[in-house]
Amino acid sequence: MKSKTIIGLEVHVELKTKSKMFCNCSADYFGQKPNTHTCPVCLGLPGALPAPNEQAIEWCITIGLALNCDIPLFSKFDRKNYFYPDLPKGYQISQYDQPFCLNGFIEINGKKIRIRRVHMEEDTGKLIHEKVDGENISLIDFNRSGVPLVEIVTEPDFDNAKDVKEYLQKIQQIVRYLQVSDADMEKGQMRLEPNISLSPSPLSSPSGRGQGEGNWKLPPYKVEVKNINSFSFVEKAINFEIERQTEILSKGGVPVQETRGWVENTGKTVSQRVKEEANDYRYFPEPDIPPFRFTEDKIKKIKSRIPELPDTKLKRFIKQYLLSEYDANLLTKDVGIANYFEEAVIVGNGKLNSKQMANFFINRKIDIDKVLPAKLVEDILASLKTEEIDSDELKKVIQKVLKDNPSIEIDYKKGKTNALQFAIGQVMYILRKKIDTQKLKNLILEELR
Amino acid sequence: MKPNNLTIKKAKEGLRKKEFSAVELLDACLERIEKKNSELNAFLNVCKSEALEQAKHADKLISEGQTLPLLGIPVALKDLFSTKGIKTTAGSKVLENYIPPYDATVVKKLKDAGAVVIGKTNLDAWAHGSSGENSDFEPAKNPWNTKYVPGGSSSGSAIAVSANMCIASTGTDTGGSVRLPASFTNTVGLKPTYGRVSRYGIIAMASSLDSIGHFTKTVEDNALFLNVTAGHDEHDATTPPEKVDDYVKDLNKDIKGLKIGVPKEYFAKGLELKIKENIENALKFYEENGAEIVNISLPHTNYAIATYYIIQPAEVSSNLARYDGIRFGSARQNFGAEAKRRIMLGTFTLSVGYYDAYYKKAMKIRTLIIKDFEDAFKKADVIITPVSPSMPWKFGEKTEDPLSMYLSDVYSAPTNLAGIPGLAVPTGFIDGLPVGMQILGPQFRENLLFNVGNIYEIAHKWYERSPDEK
Repeated sequence: MKSKTIIGLEVHVELKTKSKMFCNCSADYFGQKPNTHTCPVCLGLPGALPAPNEQAIEWCITIGLALNCDIPLFSKFDRKNYFYPDLPKGYQISQYDQPFCLNGFIEINGKKIRIRRVHMEEDTGKLIHEKVDGENISLIDFNRSGVPLVEIVTEPDFDNAKDVKEYLQKIQQIVRYLQVSDADMEKGQMRLEPNISLSPSPLSSPSGRGQGEGNWKLPPYKVEVKNINSFSFVEKAINFEIERQTEILSKGGVPVQETRGWVENTGKTVSQRVKEEANDYRYFPEPDIPPFRFTEDKIKKIKSRIPELPDTKLKRFIKQYLLSEYDANLLTKDVGIANYFEEAVIVGNGKLNSKQMANFFINRKIDIDKVLPAKLVEDILASLKTEEIDSDELKKVIQKVLKDNPSIEIDYKKGKTNALQFAIGQVMYILRKKIDTQKLKNLILEELR
Repeated sequence: MKPNNLTIKKAKEGLRKKEFSAVELLDACLERIEKKNSELNAFLNVCKSEALEQAKHADKLISEGQTLPLLGIPVALKDLFSTKGIKTTAGSKVLENYIPPYDATVVKKLKDAGAVVIGKTNLDAWAHGSSGENSDFEPAKNPWNTKYVPGGSSSGSAIAVSANMCIASTGTDTGGSVRLPASFTNTVGLKPTYGRVSRYGIIAMASSLDSIGHFTKTVEDNALFLNVTAGHDEHDATTPPEKVDDYVKDLNKDIKGLKIGVPKEYFAKGLELKIKENIENALKFYEENGAEIVNISLPHTNYAIATYYIIQPAEVSSNLARYDGIRFGSARQNFGAEAKRRIMLGTFTLSVGYYDAYYKKAMKIRTLIIKDFEDAFKKADVIITPVSPSMPWKFGEKTEDPLSMYLSDVYSAPTNLAGIPGLAVPTGFIDGLPVGMQILGPQFRENLLFNVGNIYEIAHKWYERSPDEK
């Protein structure tokens, strides 16, 4: 039986604002002593009120704009009511029906992934389960409570784990380009929750649903996977789920609607909580924060501050610096490297072409925080300066190397190009001189022929 | 006259002229509390030593010639106002031992203005109630007749001023909780415009309705007090940057030509006849002094209590969620019956499937009620009505029937739904118990309310009566 994989994603990104979402406590909580970044507001003490962080809201809108979202001119916060020890107010301030950003999209491998919404909320405290004096107890650290969190929700437009992984890498790259989040997975600054289901039967007639679903019916269940802290695990977890669900469906069953957790050391997902009904969070408009009315001007202003984004930069690098897509990709992965590269190109103008510069960049690890672009250009020029060597002498050395290392010829003829590199290295080692590697390579090839 | 019987204005004069010191003024109040509190239950906690320190400090500042607006004035706080290092119970067993680590913005402002915080006053637990009987501790009693309720929920604060245990006090008004006890105790009570006074640090009842008010003996004192508490607060996003008036400057302005709206819905069936006559006498006074009485209608008044009792419990249910006993306070089973009732009501009306039928519909009616007032203020400058349709009742009379208790707020709750200001001013006595009118105005027009209230007050001087010599 044919089935189609349907995957949607919820991604949480912590913003790196100075202060928390609704109070003046520092939002930089990672590795800090527990409960030192707290105040009446983020501890939910009686009488405390939230004062929204404007920077965080602008950054949320910035992310939305970078993901091609519409920014409604009216928006508001809502209360999401539920009890949990890490939630000091008994509700989370979030956004329900009128988020800051709606209906965006992003392209992954030529496929359009629709973004349903991007909204703003506050992070919760952190529960720590420990044994103290031989007793199992739970501790709460409220340093994370109230840290600004942006949630990015896609439509169920993915049909494979690879695209999901690339989407996540793209989101991480974009928020880093925007400098609104470090999106460090290990620090919990980026959290992923894929929901996966398999649609067993194609519809007989095309439905009016979104393009990502094609004419496949949405399945009657959805499995959400939590607890994933790396991109490669997300890929593994999804593939595990596809396999697990396929097996259930092939036996005529229907997978249970549930939340599962990824277990790293077994490489499996396990059931955490069966969702029989959707939770009733009793959302209602947050009365402590007046709704927001933005002007077109304000949104334009935010938009004008968005820097060049990865996709645009990539295309420009290919065109402007005559680079291969592969090279351009490597250079634009990180905005810091991209900016450094462009500076170096300017400094090296007339002495070096951008292709030479790119090669150097890609082949060597450069600490962009330590080496200034001007110094780098000097280094590259120095490395390109080669010493003339008597060609007879060179020829003799090459012949000696090939004779002493018969494996070079054998390997080369087997198609192992590494063998050439080895030969070049050996020649240079004997001569102890810097030689134009291209020229040397050609000479070796001549000998091998 | 004993200094504790004075108004803010007179007490300040006495302090300035060295007729008595701030410590002596405080002692007079403490003596009065000592004598009367066991009977009236106005205070849950008297902060003797802290107050003494503050009074001493005030005396020092006075001797240095400083003139802060409330320097040396003993002020009581409803026990919803967070006070750093001083127990703040909300009148509930849940917070019986809770000590806040911070001061509410208003408390800070009062201290900065030189006020001496004398203690924390009794209230209906969580401000849920109209009589004071919902206090989880001993209920407060009406000083004019202790068989009768003092009105709620800011019961203790009203009594403390009425019975001369302090010079002024703070309250909160979510559906009438300042105005009702003011009118039941012969004190002046203000419910300011929503957002005019910061809510930060004051234990929330229903966030979109809570207004932070106060009790004084006179209208002038009341204006003086608002001069201290009003204004934008960066900790409360619902306080607009609207300019703060000098609220005492228009007190004696001529009211000739002033249009006073009288809404027919507030004088209809259900209003006790003697109260009706009393308020009509007040209106006659205004007419004789050049004001024009305009008959108006607030057509959605009948829906106000129903609307209020959807929105308010919804917000209550969410606001009380933080009292989980994990970080502070005791467990949720310690909530009293009324709090439980509101948590259940609110949880129900916000639930999936009921939200549209209740909460959403109530919000729509709220918009209509706001519009009612907007339309009314096109025809009239202020609106005058009774504060409550009934006189103070005897203890226990309404406790078995929450709905009849809720209906005592029928004239006051619409004001909170609309977010407009209301000033309760004493209009005399009926059968030995106080009665009052409320003056309502457009948002941020507290100045006008003080003006209208003051003109009446200087001609009647009901504040000169004390419950001891009734």
